[in-house]
Amino acid sequence: MEPTFLQTYWWIVISILGGLLVFLLFVQGGQTLFLTNSNKQSQALMVTSLGRKWELTFTTLVVFGGAFFAAFPLFYSTSFGGAYWLWMLILFSFVVQAVSYEFRTRKGNLFSTRTYDICLVFNGLFGCVLLGVAVGMMFFGGHFTIVKTNILDTASPVISQWAPSHGIEAIFNWRNLLLGFTVFFLARTLGALYFINNIRDQKDFGVTMRTQTLINGTIFALLFVSFVIVLMLSPGLRMTYSGFVLEPNCYWHNLLAMWWLIPVLLLAVIAVLYGIYRTAFSSTFTKGIWYAGVGTVVVVIILFWLAGFNDTAYYPSITDTDSSLTIVNSSSTPFTLTAMSYASLIIPVVLFYIVYVWKKMNSRPITPADLNQHD
Amino acid sequence: MNDLLSTIDWSRAQFALTAMYHWLFVPLTIGLSLIVAIMETVYCRTGDDRWKKVTRFWMTLFGINFACGVATGIILEFEFGTNWSNYSWFVGDIFGAPLAIEGLFAFFLEATFVAVMFFGWNRVSKRFHLASTWLTAVGVCLSALWILVANAWMQNPVGMDFDPDQMRNVMTDFWGLAFNAVSMNKFFHTVFSAWALGGAFVIGISAWMIWRNRSLEASKMSLKVGAWVGLVGILLTMWTGDGSAIQVAKVQPMKLAAMEGLYEGKPGTDLIAIGVVNVREDRHEEQPEASYAVKIPKGLSLLAQHDMDAFVPGINNLLDGYEITTTGDTVFTVGYDKRIEMGKEAHAALRAYEDAKKSGNEAMADSALKVLNDNYQYFGYGFLSAPEDAIPPVAMTFYSFRVMVGLGCYMLLVYLITLLVMYRRKQTAKPATWVCWLMMLGLPAAWVCSQAGWIVAEVGRQPWTIQNLLPVNAAISDISSSGVQLTFWIFAVLFTLMLLAEISIMLRYINKVSRKGILND
Repeated sequence: MEPTFLQTYWWIVISILGGLLVFLLFVQGGQTLFLTNSNKQSQALMVTSLGRKWELTFTTLVVFGGAFFAAFPLFYSTSFGGAYWLWMLILFSFVVQAVSYEFRTRKGNLFSTRTYDICLVFNGLFGCVLLGVAVGMMFFGGHFTIVKTNILDTASPVISQWAPSHGIEAIFNWRNLLLGFTVFFLARTLGALYFINNIRDQKDFGVTMRTQTLINGTIFALLFVSFVIVLMLSPGLRMTYSGFVLEPNCYWHNLLAMWWLIPVLLLAVIAVLYGIYRTAFSSTFTKGIWYAGVGTVVVVIILFWLAGFNDTAYYPSITDTDSSLTIVNSSSTPFTLTAMSYASLIIPVVLFYIVYVWKKMNSRPITPADLNQHD
Repeated sequence: MNDLLSTIDWSRAQFALTAMYHWLFVPLTIGLSLIVAIMETVYCRTGDDRWKKVTRFWMTLFGINFACGVATGIILEFEFGTNWSNYSWFVGDIFGAPLAIEGLFAFFLEATFVAVMFFGWNRVSKRFHLASTWLTAVGVCLSALWILVANAWMQNPVGMDFDPDQMRNVMTDFWGLAFNAVSMNKFFHTVFSAWALGGAFVIGISAWMIWRNRSLEASKMSLKVGAWVGLVGILLTMWTGDGSAIQVAKVQPMKLAAMEGLYEGKPGTDLIAIGVVNVREDRHEEQPEASYAVKIPKGLSLLAQHDMDAFVPGINNLLDGYEITTTGDTVFTVGYDKRIEMGKEAHAALRAYEDAKKSGNEAMADSALKVLNDNYQYFGYGFLSAPEDAIPPVAMTFYSFRVMVGLGCYMLLVYLITLLVMYRRKQTAKPATWVCWLMMLGLPAAWVCSQAGWIVAEVGRQPWTIQNLLPVNAAISDISSSGVQLTFWIFAVLFTLMLLAEISIMLRYINKVSRKGILND
């Protein structure tokens, strides 16, 4: 197989994983909605509902990282080793989440249930915002240089060097934060939609969640439109025969170059908005999560394609443009990508059993009666 | 330079901390997943509700532990990038693949079916639930397979070539990388040891309940399953351990020498059963390997090569140039001082090649490439300053090996005695107190044994992140040592609190349920 085909294929795989990850952040968004409901039974139902899904989000994040490592190791090396503090904060937030579901109501958990709930809210807020910031750097750049011959310098052998703030600066970049909060409010919206789909509680619960859908959905829509405008007006680095060139409105040009994505993007955005507003204004509609979920996955995939295709640097360096990463200069070899491509044929099987089990487990909504069962 | 050295040490400490905590939880996940799958199978086959209750008791403990393994596991994967960024590039083309395959083939399987296992009792059929429990057990083993393939490759780098144009190693043989003798041996050795640990866990807790006169029937039912799984696990661990010794002797003879504190090798080398190792400040000083040593005559030769008269090279022999070939023959190659020299020549040639390419000087590039190819096999040695840099910490490797073997033997004794007690003709209401204590002590012994095994494997291969190819000082990220210190302490506190909470929850749960009676729960 041709190297270009393989690099493109793997960027598509990573886009799909990215899309699924953002959709599955409904778990994180749902965690931040605990605070909006003071009813203990409703809170317990929310935890029970999310407690059955958090591992999927966690696993998708790990596989997303693993796929990047295998397919684009120079990105893995540069971003994780460079934006150290940003990634560490993300990791801390996920570590505390992992144990919170299992430990929070157990006797002898050393810390109160409230402590574990705070951990879940912490993960919901920081996990979403900071993941958004990390993805934001794929458009708005990072402060790094890559010199491969450094490895031969025993006094300073690291090939990827970053600004001394090591990723903290990215958190204070308003454009990254804009994407971060867009992801956060999207996650909250999806969380509310998921609860409406998965939980049958007193009427108040449904009303509260539909209100949350409307509030968070509206904020998300405003932030998303702002982000798209900022993105389309932003410059990007494009690889040419003479090296990287800073091109104004680069992502807008990418969208025009892949014009067939425009109707797909519009349909996906409409699906998200339909899911949100139909749920918000109808007291019986519970399938909003699926419209918004599918739309979310498609929008994120398209954003990744705008970042990585058309010879665009998907990880632009602000410090040294020549160090910027494209899917060509950061990828694994064709041999490895081919081997991995065969392995990736398992993905449809994985998706099949996830959907099958999801349907089986969610065949009937969670009710207060479920709280009294042994599970 | 001092900050660089400190960053290296703190990065090693952080990775070791994460790996050791991770390995507190994971072997229990592997071992207990098999045990609950067996118990649930018995329940499904017999329809005996008592087995369902016993299964659910152990499954709850499995669940409490499972989350901690997941939490520490994510850190471990990402630390390859955050703390070892040079490593991630230099061998990412090879090392990333098993990690990604682990995610695709194993993590989703675990994540999907573990939810059915915990929450599906009243939502899916009995058979579907049983299938989910087995699929979870398969998933954790598949996960272990791919991460251990990756780890084994670091100990025995095969299936790759160096690409001077990209300044990194690239994969050339996926199947060679995935399924070589070292990786398979490591996988089976690790998984079997986890079965043994799972068995020790079930036996230890059941013995405590019996000692306290609680849940006697359920405890005895658990003891049988735990003891059989443990016995099979420990016997297979010992068998694969023998295979590991053979592999280590071939591909990491320095590790084997450190495990024995052996500086001067000889034919028919004895194995030190116990003793106080004498670590030499100057490797040439004359002193015995160990004081107060009890030795097994010719034991090391037998262990390393299955030949009582075989020559086993010591640290000094290896530094002078002795090696073991893949066929087990001892050959004299190039001493470490010469290797360092050749490694530095390889570095200079790579730099010259890069410069020549940039300036378009093909002739100079070809000539530099020839020098590089001639010296590349010692490329990693060019990062060392002196031959002594290649000696791993001898004392830690020596004692960890003995702790591992000694406690492994103790665990074998625990399983045998448990089975003897459970199957003897004249049954008593409960075993004698000293037998209960013997069983209970198997629980901490299993963990110490397992940790000691990993210390032998990982400390014994220092200073290499990839054997003979990339030492730790060339594998790191560009972070200040104070930064890594801070994250080290955050992780240390976080993981410790997590462990304490897990132990506390388990103890409370065991105490509560056993007081009430597992079969009455």
